Amino acid sequence: MSLLHLAILLPLLASIFIPFLYKQFRSVHTGWFVLLVPLSLVLYFSQYISQTMAGETVTQSMQWIPSLGINFVAYIDGLGLLFALLITGIGTLVVLYSVYYLDAKKEALHNFYVYLLLFMTAMLGIVLSDNMIVMYMFWEMTSISSFLLIGYWYERERSRYGAQKSMLITVFGGLSMLGGISILSLLSGSFSIRESLSTLSTYNDDPMFLVALVLFLLAAFTKSAQFPFHIWLPDAMEAPTPVSAYLHSATMVKAGLYLVARMSPIFAETPLWFYLVSGVGMFTLFWGSLNAVKQVDLKAILAYSTISQLGLIMSLLGLGAAALQVEALPDSLYTIATVAAVFHLINHATFKGSLFMMAGIVDHETGTRDLRKLGGLSQLMPVTFTIAMIGTLSMAGVPPFNGFLSKEMFLTGVNEVSESGLFHLETFGFLFPLFAVVGSIFTFVYSLLIVYRTFLGPKQHDQLPKKPHEAPIGMLISPIILASLVILIGLFPNMLSETIIRPATEAILPQVLAAGGEIDVHIKLWHGLNLELLFTVIIITVGFILFKTFPKWQSLYNRMPKSFSLNHQYDGLLRRGEKVSTAIHDAVMTGYMRSYLVYIFGFIVLLVLSSLFFFDAFAFDVDPLSSISAYEIILVLVLVSSALSITFARSRLTSIILLGVAGYSVALFFVLFRAPDLALTQLVIETVSVALFLLVFYHMPEISRKEERIKFKLGNAAISVLVGLSVTLVALSSLSQRSFASIAKYYIDNVYELAAGGNMVNVILVDFRGFDTLFEISVLAIAGLGIYAMIHFRKTGGIDK
Amino acid sequence: MFEMLIYIALGGVFISMIGLFYRVIKGPSIADRVIALDSIGISLISIVGLVSVLLRTSDYLEVILLIGILAFIGTVAFSKFIEKGEIIERDRNK
Repeated sequence: MSLLHLAILLPLLASIFIPFLYKQFRSVHTGWFVLLVPLSLVLYFSQYISQTMAGETVTQSMQWIPSLGINFVAYIDGLGLLFALLITGIGTLVVLYSVYYLDAKKEALHNFYVYLLLFMTAMLGIVLSDNMIVMYMFWEMTSISSFLLIGYWYERERSRYGAQKSMLITVFGGLSMLGGISILSLLSGSFSIRESLSTLSTYNDDPMFLVALVLFLLAAFTKSAQFPFHIWLPDAMEAPTPVSAYLHSATMVKAGLYLVARMSPIFAETPLWFYLVSGVGMFTLFWGSLNAVKQVDLKAILAYSTISQLGLIMSLLGLGAAALQVEALPDSLYTIATVAAVFHLINHATFKGSLFMMAGIVDHETGTRDLRKLGGLSQLMPVTFTIAMIGTLSMAGVPPFNGFLSKEMFLTGVNEVSESGLFHLETFGFLFPLFAVVGSIFTFVYSLLIVYRTFLGPKQHDQLPKKPHEAPIGMLISPIILASLVILIGLFPNMLSETIIRPATEAILPQVLAAGGEIDVHIKLWHGLNLELLFTVIIITVGFILFKTFPKWQSLYNRMPKSFSLNHQYDGLLRRGEKVSTAIHDAVMTGYMRSYLVYIFGFIVLLVLSSLFFFDAFAFDVDPLSSISAYEIILVLVLVSSALSITFARSRLTSIILLGVAGYSVALFFVLFRAPDLALTQLVIETVSVALFLLVFYHMPEISRKEERIKFKLGNAAISVLVGLSVTLVALSSLSQRSFASIAKYYIDNVYELAAGGNMVNVILVDFRGFDTLFEISVLAIAGLGIYAMIHFRKTGGIDK
Repeated sequence: MFEMLIYIALGGVFISMIGLFYRVIKGPSIADRVIALDSIGISLISIVGLVSVLLRTSDYLEVILLIGILAFIGTVAFSKFIEKGEIIERDRNK
């Protein structure tokens, strides 16, 4: 266990003490204690920057289950460090913000911070684990802690619904990732990502490789809210705003992006990866921005905007896969997509974090997040307004903010790849720029709508639940820091490029580096008059026109039928699933013993007959059979006729007597087959049991004593005949296929020699195999005691007392 | 010749058993059935006896005694059941 492991597990360890601190220091907001954890982690992780810049990696290993190859291997490279810094950095700001956002008196703070710290460890574990099983463990930990955080106000119905939905969807993805991990580790022989990468060439043409790819992508798409799994994210907005800012914009939803980036070296050379990642990402970008425009809740807009931006990054990661296709590529034309992905990942975390905090402030100070009630807050809340302006303009891709830069690089990447002619892109490659531009236009529209309808526009303060005023300074610190980062990165983009972006890109595209290529991360604020700039002009112009005419085409959204929406489908799926399983359950579990017996016997018949038939198991051999004598035939006739007449008997009394007849004829068989002990026992037992049957018959209620034949049912008859048939066939074939001689000879030889007895049956029962007898005695004892208990401890108030 | 005789005897017993069996199934009253069952028990005794002669063994003599006892007990129990409606009476002094 190294310091690095301790750093990853620090939030988890700290969470143990939170409830004590909460109870002991009621006057201090618990968040202040929590703040120390991410703050120290940021400082700790930032010391690794110099190492990753030099292209070095750090590996620390801790044994966990070495016999299964599962060890907690912490591994830091550019990509892991970028995420670790994001998690801890934004974590610090979010904790600071939550100190002012959550009321120490009204809220259950100990719960909140325990969940939050749990989540922090889980996220750090995902991004810094080399062992896939450990990564999966942390992956599920994020699902669970996110579930807890979304359901933080568990007394609200919507919170519980959102928590359940996100849990179902992300755990579905997590389980498919486990499947992917299993397949990949079976192919590569190791749970380590780096070792799987080094042996990639030995298994990458295996057909199961593509299955693993799809399973990994399912995990990434569900976690990162890609189409059609994005539906959980808007419902997760029921969580407290710090949670939304942290989990659902900056960290957890990026776990899927991290997975895609991390697995890119392994999978990205297959065309399927390229198509799925970039195609799904691009459509999510389009779909998210389209849906964001129609929302009226501030956080819902931000949620759909997050979906859309995640789609953008996802598609860039997919397009970056093109770089691996071109081996002799001197210039770094195709790597720009990956660089853009990493860059936008950082940018999105900054501006989306600040926007969520802005939404939280508006909610906190006005009491509502409904855009229809808000408006004209710019003079009352000037600082919040400024933050919102910076965040939204960056999100819209307006210069000089950082969103502009990454959007330009996004458009460049899309253009380069769609014109490259790789993967048959010449036929429908034009779709990529089209979706990108349309998505960006709608992004522009909803960005303006956020600012306009919240801070500008008509004042309607009388509709607000609270009298609006500027937020306290403590709540504003975090968004101000994030907003200044937006401007700083926008103006001086290259301060990040060498330190963080290049190591991360190199981790995503190690093949390019290995092939002697270089990754150019020089980000220019102004890169000349070119196609991308034209696109940006188009986006801004069209976006502005659409924004101005928004009230006119707003009603178009209502045209979409409700049943078409994915949420409706999801709810329907759950409802139908419940209904179908209830229907199956009701149909199968009838509660009648007879139907269960039909299942059991039917299944026995099915198994026996099909195995006899398919495995050619039936055999019939005349040799081992002995000759039949006349009295055996007669006795069989008696036995069969008594058994048959039981089934057709009209009264139960007759059945009991006939059963006795059958039992006595079995005893006679024992006589004929030379088994005197068996015959003795059988006679006594038969008599006793017939007497018991008569006893039961006598105590039956009058109504069931009436004479009535057993009703004929074809199904029952067929099954009983089939059961008899299959048992007969099994008996015949096992008789004909004796594989070795009986051991009876040993008993015959030694019954007197070793056991000093003349009666072989009795010697076997009490000497050779006395153990069985012991436990049969116990069975009898238990049965006797059971009967006594049932009769003696009856409930009072029975009929015969 | 001796075996032949025993076979004939066995056949006779079987025929009588079939007759008794008919009475067990058909018998209009319970008493008919009980008497038929008792007689079946006796016939069983003779069958076991004849078979043990055939098999040349004396191991089945216990079976014969047992059937005799069981048939007696069974018939007595049934008779008591028909007469009083129960077999083991409850001690009213307890």
